[in-house]
Amino acid sequence: MGARGGAILMRIAQAIPVIVGVIVISFVLTRALPGDPAAQFAGLTATPESIEQTRVKLGLDKPLPEQFLLYVGQLLRGDLGQSISTGRPVIQELGARLPASLELTLTALILACAIAIPLGVLAATRPGSWIDQLCRLLVTAGVSLPTFFTGIVLIYVFYYLLGIAPSPLGRLDFLYLDPPHVTGFFLIDAAIAGDWATWRGAAAQLVLPATTLALFTLAPIARMTRAAMLSALSADFIRTARAAGLDSGKVLYGYAFRNALLPVVTTLGMVFSFVLGANVLVEKVFAWPGIGSYAVEALVVSDYAAVQGFVLAMALLFVTLNLVIDLAYSLIDPRFGTSSK
Amino acid sequence: MTDATLTSVPEPSENPSSGSLGHVVYVLRENPVTAAAFGMFAFLILSALIGPHVVPYDPLATNAARVLQPPSLDHWFGTDNLGRDVFSRVIVATRLDLVISVAAVALSFAIGSVLGAIAGYRGGWADAVLSRVLDTIMAFPLFVLAMGIVAALGNSVANIIYATAIINIPFYARLVRAEVNIRREAGFTLAAKLAGNSDARVLALHIFPNALPPMMVQVSLNLGWAILNAAGLSFIGLGVRPPTPEWGIMVAEGANFIVSGEWWLALFPGLWLMLAVFTFNLMGDGLRDIVDPRRRT
Amino acid sequence: MLSIKDLQVSFRTRRGEVNAVKGISFEVAKGERLGIVGESGSGKSVTSYALMRILEAGGTIKAGEIVYGGIDLRRAGESSMREIRGREISMIFQNPRAALNPIRKVGHQIEDVLRRHGRATRRDAREKAIAALEAVKINDAAARYEAYPFELSGGMCQRVIIAIAIACDPRLLIADEPTTGLDITTQKAVMDLVDDLVRARDMSSILITHDLGLASQYCDRIVVMKGGLIVEEGRPAELFSTPKHPYTNKLVDATPRRHATIRGLLPEDQRTPLDPRTIGNAPMIEVVNLQKTYDGKSGPVHAVRNISFAIREGESVGLVGESGCGKSTASSMIVRLLDPSSGVILYRGEDLARIPSAGFAGHPLRAKIQMVFQDATDSLNPRHTARQSIAEPLKRLTDLKGAALAARVEELAALTGLPSNLLDRFPHQLSGGQKARVGIARAIATGPELLILDEPTAALDVSIQAVVLNLLADLRARLGMSYLFVSHDLNVVRLLCDRVLVMKDGEIVEAGSAEQVIDKPAHPYTRALISAAPQAPTRRAA
Repeated sequence: MGARGGAILMRIAQAIPVIVGVIVISFVLTRALPGDPAAQFAGLTATPESIEQTRVKLGLDKPLPEQFLLYVGQLLRGDLGQSISTGRPVIQELGARLPASLELTLTALILACAIAIPLGVLAATRPGSWIDQLCRLLVTAGVSLPTFFTGIVLIYVFYYLLGIAPSPLGRLDFLYLDPPHVTGFFLIDAAIAGDWATWRGAAAQLVLPATTLALFTLAPIARMTRAAMLSALSADFIRTARAAGLDSGKVLYGYAFRNALLPVVTTLGMVFSFVLGANVLVEKVFAWPGIGSYAVEALVVSDYAAVQGFVLAMALLFVTLNLVIDLAYSLIDPRFGTSSK
Repeated sequence: MTDATLTSVPEPSENPSSGSLGHVVYVLRENPVTAAAFGMFAFLILSALIGPHVVPYDPLATNAARVLQPPSLDHWFGTDNLGRDVFSRVIVATRLDLVISVAAVALSFAIGSVLGAIAGYRGGWADAVLSRVLDTIMAFPLFVLAMGIVAALGNSVANIIYATAIINIPFYARLVRAEVNIRREAGFTLAAKLAGNSDARVLALHIFPNALPPMMVQVSLNLGWAILNAAGLSFIGLGVRPPTPEWGIMVAEGANFIVSGEWWLALFPGLWLMLAVFTFNLMGDGLRDIVDPRRRT
Repeated sequence: MLSIKDLQVSFRTRRGEVNAVKGISFEVAKGERLGIVGESGSGKSVTSYALMRILEAGGTIKAGEIVYGGIDLRRAGESSMREIRGREISMIFQNPRAALNPIRKVGHQIEDVLRRHGRATRRDAREKAIAALEAVKINDAAARYEAYPFELSGGMCQRVIIAIAIACDPRLLIADEPTTGLDITTQKAVMDLVDDLVRARDMSSILITHDLGLASQYCDRIVVMKGGLIVEEGRPAELFSTPKHPYTNKLVDATPRRHATIRGLLPEDQRTPLDPRTIGNAPMIEVVNLQKTYDGKSGPVHAVRNISFAIREGESVGLVGESGCGKSTASSMIVRLLDPSSGVILYRGEDLARIPSAGFAGHPLRAKIQMVFQDATDSLNPRHTARQSIAEPLKRLTDLKGAALAARVEELAALTGLPSNLLDRFPHQLSGGQKARVGIARAIATGPELLILDEPTAALDVSIQAVVLNLLADLRARLGMSYLFVSHDLNVVRLLCDRVLVMKDGEIVEAGSAEQVIDKPAHPYTRALISAAPQAPTRRAA
């Protein structure tokens, strides 16, 4: 256990250089590229004076290494700069909008896993059957669908044609009041408050964007589950288990599935990358008030501090998610941290 | 196990004539979907090459008299809010979308291959440095990183290409690195060294060509992803600007009319985008079959 | 107890249906130990999977019947088959590490079987699993119960597999190449264990193997399979003394044993006398205090420690040892693919160790030291034809061009017995023996003086091994080459080598003439190696 505990600590320590790298790239994107960052930060309506002001205020007149230290110092204080369009600190804006994005992303992920993993397992155990064909079709179609397009088609069908979905504008119809803020997740907050009408309203708003995102997400998960399950089922140890007379449930779930889960968990990291990216597009389509749509609005008005703050926040979120995935992996795989992997 | 697999493969020396071409034909005949994908691909290439010369209307010409008309014989895909012909715009956009994705994928293929091959063959510090850099790039959600890069470099089509190339480099570099690495100690590599080849020759002439088939699969799958990525960026207002016809931006413009029922504005460019990505993905799967029939997924 | 009649098994493949087993019949009596011997593709493993009804997808039993203790196994339902598997008939496999679930404790894997067949309850499962581990003579069974397969050696994993197989006291044990992938000394321990258990518990057993010697040592009766058919059947002694079928005859000849000669491996009509060869007195290559040390996680790893030996002109030296003994590292250094940590490699007085391996490709001596690789498939570039592979060293290391080059390639093909119409084929279109010939033709293309043979026959069937070994003996005499023959198999080494070096843990523990080392081994490790190698009965009392 000692070796494994060490390996887990080691994995956490490995996140540090990655975070440093993320900060460096983020710095390069903000300050070190061609063009005048001062003019960018001052915004479109800036005058030469205000640009100079910005330059001095942000320390952009100093040499790059010094600027980097200043930048890191600002980050440590949680200072991501001021948004030009709203005039509020970027970190506050992001903090206020983050729960909306997380609620959407996590719902979509849970939905995708709940569909994709059983589908992949069924397809692998019945190769060539109709469910296998369905899986193949869904997988190829899923990765081919532009999320923003799927979202628009769903809106057209369920809102305009059938009229069963609420209008695709935000997290909650204006009929309802926001539930009292506890976690920022409307479904959880409404449940805590016992306000089931609001809960249903929030859920109704969530269905279409979450489905859009899940359709895109389930493809890589189903594909990986199917492939991992197929390779686990053809492994030698499955033959041993069958030759020992173990029943098919035990062979399938106790032996094959648990081994197949390992590569699936590893893929989840990549899936997160896609989901967080697609999230931006889905938020724009559904006017979802998360950090993605915030970044898109900021892009339109060239609000650079906001955009770069968003990129950095997303990267840190992603690094954390990857760390969580790897730690989950270490719980499943006894070989974690040993050379024989 | 060995027995079962060996017996199921007939004596290989019986059919020397059925080389790789025979296998391609076999796979295409067995798998009509792949054949269809190759056909679709040919159509897209044709659209990109001669599309602007054969479309019925000027994709930029507005016509106030024919605004927001549903699809008809005159306007197969209808007209948009400025009276422009959606069909002409969709076909003309093919060239721009293909150019963006092909250029981006070619860039990342070239850079990623060189970096990955060196890291995989040399190992040691070169490998360690490259792995760190790739890890850092991959530490960003890739679409988000592309947004950040375009925002920082400036809003232009060229920068969309660079951004898409940068976020694709890790895939190629890692793939090549792995493919080279497993062949670094292979018997034929050692044999090539014994035959008097320098390390550079061994890498370029013996190892790299053997890593190409899986690379081509990756290229095909990546082309689809690069188109999606570029269209996504222009959907949120980066890169291509109106009135240039481009699928992503056309869907974005059409989205405003979907809630009032004018579905054709967004549907057709979106459908074309989907079709292009679908084609590349199916082609990738087909190529995988051709390259390695055992890895059918 | 078990009777199989006219069994036919076929597989659906992309190229249509392939018949793996084409109508075989045999019986196993109570307490009998049957051996099924055949080369790859003979259908021997498929037969055992068919009778356990665990054929892979695509495989079906086309015809015949399998009756076990009055039950028709071919028609039994899947649920009754599951009752039979593990309780009545058990199986152990090759490649033991892969045959265990990598993420489940071995103790739990044994419990799974015990509880499945009602031999244990939740309460006493642990105790019974530990007892099963003790039955297969695993030391400290209680601690091993908690281990994962990756924490155990290959031999230990095979013992766990055996524990799973015998946990429910089956009456028939099928062992499918149980020693493949294990070192010789471990092989013997595993086979002895299986044999003791089978005898002590009065089980019947079926041993499936490619090794006639192994089968003759551990079986009461042997059936020989070829191309999905049984060609001969009999007691081991009879089979060896008076084989009736020509194939059995060939197989018996080709199985290397203690006092065979290299020509003796071939069928009688091909035993032409060996060409004479001369062995010089001066050392051609001399290795002095060669060392290789790697930086490991827990301190330096000494792969090769201070080995010294010499090879004279025309002499063949065998380098023998089990996996991990450092023999491959040593040969890589001598062929200059790897730089030694210290030591000298003198080639006709010139120290090669001082030339870095990265630059040796351009050195004039590159043409003089060449190598034949272990796995012929892996050592040929899949995208090059046989002709390109053979021509490669000629293009880079000699001045031959155009027609002269083409003529030399044809000449090499003729020399190694490769029909010239196969020269334009790719490796996947050639058989194992043909690929081995291409590898040898390439290695001798530049006229080397020293050829390093790295287990050149390890991946080949015995009948092809016999042909390749004889080819190597002929080439040596004709071209006057010296050989450094790296192998784990003393029986094979003795056939081809004048002197033998035995390596263990990076050191040479014994050196001497081949007869001396094998007939009067001095070091206990050499003795252990020799006694562990399966010995086939001598033929016709000769």
